[in-house]
Amino acid sequence: MSEQPLIRARGLVKRFGDFTAVDGIDLEVAPGEAFGFLGPNGAGKSSTMRMIGCVSMPTSGELRILGMDPARDGARIRGRLGVCPQLDNLDPDLSVRENLTTYARYFGMSRARARARAEELLDFVQLRDRAASRVEPLSGGMKRRLTIARAMVNDPDLVLLDEPTTGLDPQARHLLWERLFRLRQRGTTLVLTTHYMDEAEQLCDRLVVMDGGRIVAEGSPRSLIGTYCTPEVVELRFPDGVDPAGGLEGIGRVDPLPDRVLLYTGDGDAAVAEVHRRGLVPSSVLVRRSSLEDVFLKLTGRTLVD
Amino acid sequence: MVSPAVAVLERHLCLYRRLWRASAFSSFVLPVLFLVSFGVGVGRYVGEVGGVGYLAWIVPGVLASTAFQMAVGDSTYSVLGDFKWVRGFHAMRATPVGVRDMVVGGLLYALLRVESAVVVFLVVAGVFGALRSPWAVVTPVVAALLAVAVAAPVMGFSASIDHDSYFALLFRFVMIPSALFGGVFFPVDQLPQVVRPLAYVSPLWHGVELCRAATLGVAPPWPVWVHAGVLLVFAGAGGVWAVSAFGRRLRD
Repeated sequence: MSEQPLIRARGLVKRFGDFTAVDGIDLEVAPGEAFGFLGPNGAGKSSTMRMIGCVSMPTSGELRILGMDPARDGARIRGRLGVCPQLDNLDPDLSVRENLTTYARYFGMSRARARARAEELLDFVQLRDRAASRVEPLSGGMKRRLTIARAMVNDPDLVLLDEPTTGLDPQARHLLWERLFRLRQRGTTLVLTTHYMDEAEQLCDRLVVMDGGRIVAEGSPRSLIGTYCTPEVVELRFPDGVDPAGGLEGIGRVDPLPDRVLLYTGDGDAAVAEVHRRGLVPSSVLVRRSSLEDVFLKLTGRTLVD
Repeated sequence: MVSPAVAVLERHLCLYRRLWRASAFSSFVLPVLFLVSFGVGVGRYVGEVGGVGYLAWIVPGVLASTAFQMAVGDSTYSVLGDFKWVRGFHAMRATPVGVRDMVVGGLLYALLRVESAVVVFLVVAGVFGALRSPWAVVTPVVAALLAVAVAAPVMGFSASIDHDSYFALLFRFVMIPSALFGGVFFPVDQLPQVVRPLAYVSPLWHGVELCRAATLGVAPPWPVWVHAGVLLVFAGAGGVWAVSAFGRRLRD
């Protein structure tokens, strides 16, 4: 059982009319993994997630979830998945607890089991003191936590989270990350989409970068940075009217942005020393470790996608 | 193990428990007020219709019309809302609940609501002495058939539209004419010959005539199986439409 991947896709394609949302991707997710889809808007992440969630049928290619075929065994597969959708679809007029119990019944759980499970999950997502209140007035972070609790109600083999922290404030995001990290530690398999690099770095063992419906890179966060980027990045700002680009040649890969210049280098401090030795005087200098964001921007470009 | 359709019904009931105050008046009190004002007030001027007092004559009409309106009411905004605003159907879609379960669960809920109102109404009508035949006991069955015959196609309609302004068309051109000319307040043969077919194609008229036949113990204008058959066709075709409209809406 543990040998079998929970998700296996070969040449997976999803078209909507003339538009190809997912353009032939291959992937495998093993039990216990935390797997991420990273990519700009419109990269095909959510379309892929909906196919994995068995609510959208592939146009072509092969897809197996928990070893089953979504076209034939959709309901059986969905019975073992937990889904946290991008758009909240909680019942705003029901209480927090009722949202959990009514949803549990969709999975055929007995009333007693549904109630007991709701109590466990209220503690897990720290909504115990709001259990009896209606959902509508809750904050965005509380609603997300409830949505995640609801996704856990059937004790799923695989949890799908589509942009779990989009739109949340930093405190709410960190609390959510911490809860998801706990799930990971318990061995729950997580598959998530995000366009936050820090989220991918925090939560994922392995991730793929998607762009234009294709997978453009795959690996652990560290290995992606190692492959597509240098260990350190120097951010330099220069006074108005100074164009230093030519003078930086040879220090590292130079990426001139409108407001600053990025230098990709193995050793940030050495690079800064070299800049000063060449007589260039930046108005500000920041040496940082390179992040997934640098990888992401290198792979998917800097053009704004809406 | 609970059937998914029953789980869907339970969600409706759970929501109803939160919001019942808003609808209790219109489903229980309003029909009775209607009965009193028309049956007793207007009835004094009308005298007898078809050999019985006006009150006894309109009781089955108001009963069927109440079932009709509740069935429409439970399958319009709540259905569109669960696609568009609350996205409750999308939440169900991610679980083992299938499209057919969503439709059946909604119909079961409409049935429960209609039946509870019908029972209250029948008790009140009985107190007024408006039930003239033991056949009155089958009126809840007729009301159930009528409710499904109306709720199923209206659910299909609600799942097919993208904006609630379409409901104004439904209310203006289907519901109100049905209620006015469906034989609730006066016999359809009072209408000009050319207009009568409008009543014949409305499930309400068939429901009204069956209910009237039951509470008064008289034969309906058409054979019982024809009236019942029309309602069954509405229910069956409406159910097929609703399931396919739900499926289309949730597929991508």
